[in-house]
Amino acid sequence: MLLIKELKKALGVALWFVFLTFPIMVIKVDPIERIIRYRWENAAYVAIVTFTVYLVMSFIKLRKLRVTADKKESKPSRNVIHSILNNKKQLAVLSFMILAIALVFPHFFSVYQTNVMTTALMYVVLGLGLNIVVGMAGLLDLGFVAFYAVGAYSYALLNYHFGLGFWVVLPIGGALAAIFGIILGFPVLRLRGDYLAIVTLGFGEIIRLILENWGEFSQGPSGISNISRPGFFGMDFSLETSIMYMYYIMVIGVIVTIFIVNRLQDSRLGRAWIALREDEIACQAMGIDKRKTKLAAFSLGAFWAGLIGVVFAAKTTFINPASFTFLESAIILSIVVLGGMGSIIGVIIGAFILILMPEYLRALSEYRMLAFGGVMVAMMVFRPQGMIANIRRTYKFEKQK
Amino acid sequence: MNTQILKVNGLTMDFGGIRALNSLDLDVNRGEIVALIGPNGAGKTTFFNCITGIYAPTEGEVYLAAPGSDTSVSLKGLKPNQVTEKGLARTFQNIRLFAKMTVLENVMIGRHCRTKAFVLGAVFRNKATRDEEQSILETSYAILQKVGLEQYVNEFANNLPYGAQRRLEVARALATEPLLLLLDEPAAGMNPQETIELEKLIKEISSEGQSILLIEHDMTLVMSLSDRIFVMDYGKKIAEGTPVEIRENPAVIKAYLGEDVDA
Ligand SMILES: Nc1ncnc2c1ncn2[C@@H]1O[C@H](COP(=O)(O)OP(=O)(O)OP(=O)(O)O)[C@@H](O)[C@H]1O
Ligand SMILES: [Mg+2]
Repeated sequence: MLLIKELKKALGVALWFVFLTFPIMVIKVDPIERIIRYRWENAAYVAIVTFTVYLVMSFIKLRKLRVTADKKESKPSRNVIHSILNNKKQLAVLSFMILAIALVFPHFFSVYQTNVMTTALMYVVLGLGLNIVVGMAGLLDLGFVAFYAVGAYSYALLNYHFGLGFWVVLPIGGALAAIFGIILGFPVLRLRGDYLAIVTLGFGEIIRLILENWGEFSQGPSGISNISRPGFFGMDFSLETSIMYMYYIMVIGVIVTIFIVNRLQDSRLGRAWIALREDEIACQAMGIDKRKTKLAAFSLGAFWAGLIGVVFAAKTTFINPASFTFLESAIILSIVVLGGMGSIIGVIIGAFILILMPEYLRALSEYRMLAFGGVMVAMMVFRPQGMIANIRRTYKFEKQK
Repeated sequence: MNTQILKVNGLTMDFGGIRALNSLDLDVNRGEIVALIGPNGAGKTTFFNCITGIYAPTEGEVYLAAPGSDTSVSLKGLKPNQVTEKGLARTFQNIRLFAKMTVLENVMIGRHCRTKAFVLGAVFRNKATRDEEQSILETSYAILQKVGLEQYVNEFANNLPYGAQRRLEVARALATEPLLLLLDEPAAGMNPQETIELEKLIKEISSEGQSILLIEHDMTLVMSLSDRIFVMDYGKKIAEGTPVEIRENPAVIKAYLGEDVDA
């Protein structure tokens, strides 16, 4: 019954689309021969495509309805990864294995692969940083790349003008980005959702435009080159060793970031962020200072972007404003959304998929961005909560009395 | 000795042309259960929103007793979180729990304004922070036991049955250690059994010395719980007194049953 009804509807929609697209898809005026051609085959294509798309969509909708109906009683779904995360022993074994693989990786793979992996690790940290702002505190920030740029330019400029080294500038870059986070945070404290997104997007563009146009300060679009690579007690490295060195710096960076972000999430402040995301008014009514909590989220998120900015400048030894476009913000945001908002492990997996996939999809050459987009769309249709939905920590209490 | 815990003078709230509160006076004494009743749209929730800093009232003063002293502090111009810190905690008529947090975490959020740890505490987890975290856990669990929700500790708040969600709102507000607890229609939507349990709970909390200001439509509940009742209609106070006085008050009967009844 239902099927026939849906089929009829799909047919109706298909015919309607054929009718609507008739003037552009079917009729073609040939100005040279001065005749009108009717391309009936196009009408058929439109009909078939619309018909299928409509059916698929209604199928998904029906399935979703059924799933939510089932879910009413069941507990939050937990998959394999969740069960591993909850089992201390398994988690320890797994992290040890991953760490071991990470440590020997550059010795078994080419310099090129190591370099790609370093980039992926950088995006893990960027994703975890943005995850604080978007995933935990629920503040949609589309200008995250601005803080990345602040970090990168801090190192480039301090290195260029004063010859400061990587390790000195690393904390400075992070701190400067955190300060910028607060500066951006103040005016947008009252904004939420779409409005917040638009203003942060604007902020990101402003920073990029300043870098592009304020030539005396940033050397404009031509950028800054010959930035020093990170040193190691004054030793000089060959290009190959220095790529490896960069890789190990990022491995340690990722470990430290996971450690800190995990602690933040599981703290009084982390709970306040999540409460803020869930319901701003109730959150304030429970005594949480909205300003302080939001500013903390903005500045801590920006801090990681700043650190990675410094790393980026040191890794590429050349930066210009073109590296800090909106596309970059969009990629980092996709990592968070695809991985699972607020879920640390999700963001890590998301970063690897989003950064490594286009790299290894090169075989598909010009279709790779298309494939990439397709995967993203499919993901959002089938798992809108991201790959690994965040689960909350559980507590056990002894039965008292 | 000043026994008043809340004192509201001439509270007025205008929304554009609508006067939702019209020069309202109200007070609550230490240890009392006071009910605020009135027909739908009378302005009861607006009253809560005004004294808790969610709306800025057009006119009027709100004083809350300072803990452990005879003086009182003005709540005027304070932000909602500052009001909560001063000792006024509320529940919401349309439940506003943190849906994607566990029941325990919802209550732990209530402890926020009584604890301190921030970024450095979270990252370094020093002794003070660990102790604080432990005390948050223990207090929150004890409160859950008190309201009878301990079997749900690790459930997501939005998976709870309706009645339990209302109790969780109460638990969360209690966790802020309020001087005065504001309950906005805690029995709304509850079945008779749940309402009886809620009544028991409110009596128990009250017997421990908690002052309570309650908005409620269930008259049996109001009559059996309250020491005093304030009645309002169209933003104005139309009566105040003990349950017996209110039951017989002609103005109240008129407001509730309509004009033509007393003819
Ligand atoms: N933010 C607002 N903007 C404009 N008008 C409002 C606003 N909040 C409340 N009002 C108006 O104020 C009046 C009182 O509303 P309020 O919610 O306080 O009533 P109530 O006594 O709590 O009613 P109920 O018993 O239905 O909960 C209503 O007429 C309502 O439309
Ligand atoms: Mg109301």
